[in-house]
Amino acid sequence: MNRRYTFLSLISLIIAGVFSLFASSFPDGLEKVAGEKGFIIKALEYPLDAVMPNYSFSGVNNEYLATALAGITGTTIIFLLVFFVTRGLLIKK
Amino acid sequence: MHLPDGFLGSGTSSSLIAVAAAVGVAALSKIRKSFFAKQKKPVLATPEGITIGGGETAQLTKYGREKIFKMATVGAFVFSAQMINFPVANGTSGHLLGGVLAGILLGPLEAMLVLSSVLVVQSLFFADGGLVALGANIFNMGVIGAIGGYYLYRIIKKYFKQVFLAAFFAAWISVVLASAAASVELAISGTIPLNTVLPAMTKVHLLIGIGEGIITVLVLGGLKYKEKRDE
Repeated sequence: MNRRYTFLSLISLIIAGVFSLFASSFPDGLEKVAGEKGFIIKALEYPLDAVMPNYSFSGVNNEYLATALAGITGTTIIFLLVFFVTRGLLIKK
Repeated sequence: MHLPDGFLGSGTSSSLIAVAAAVGVAALSKIRKSFFAKQKKPVLATPEGITIGGGETAQLTKYGREKIFKMATVGAFVFSAQMINFPVANGTSGHLLGGVLAGILLGPLEAMLVLSSVLVVQSLFFADGGLVALGANIFNMGVIGAIGGYYLYRIIKKYFKQVFLAAFFAAWISVVLASAAASVELAISGTIPLNTVLPAMTKVHLLIGIGEGIITVLVLGGLKYKEKRDE
């Protein structure tokens, strides 16, 4: 059973590192509606300095490399976060 | 469907932060029980009648260990899949939300926690979805999308007896429900009237939801998912 899930996490890395380069750059459903109905102007700038705004690793010049790197980093962060934080939060007590 | 900051009023955002936090804490304390088995600590007793140690410790069970691993892999998958925007009609795109998928694979509360982790990382590291709007996004995609979507799946499965069919429809409808929730929040905040935003949001997400359904079924098929009898 766990072998399939290990495979799933490898697939996730490939999706984030390779498939992400081919993702559509059209606005998503909410953005589209916000644009059409004119309330997109209400959107505020993100209050913090994110490391990878727009899923592109800042400081990397190559656009594809920046996206691939951001995707792989993000996927890894999620895996480690869920794994260790859940473990930590549950074990305490 | 990640709401940026500024779309929602401060009252709406802050109440949804409270709701999201409350559901998250409740989910954690609920799943904790199934992850641990109580074990008696060894007791050291001397002939004089002094005892040292004793009591109980909680030990992570095999089930708990496997579940945490599954949660992490599903989280990684949901994150990566959310990066892949697929085009739908006239210059619009959509991506997987993954609530129903995670709910079926992990259980509704685990799925809510996984979705919340994904949304927190997306906001903090990628500036995708606002910081103040995080509560609203967790509510829409984690509570409505994952917990609501999971129970929708259970209901549909009861009538059609088909796991994949039920997963497809539940995933599809969950996206529409999440978009409807976002519309209601926007209307409450006074950003836009409900009768303008709700039809527009529903229409787009009816299309995006089909993609959600297809991806959900493909992944369940790929993992050779089978419903356990005892669940």
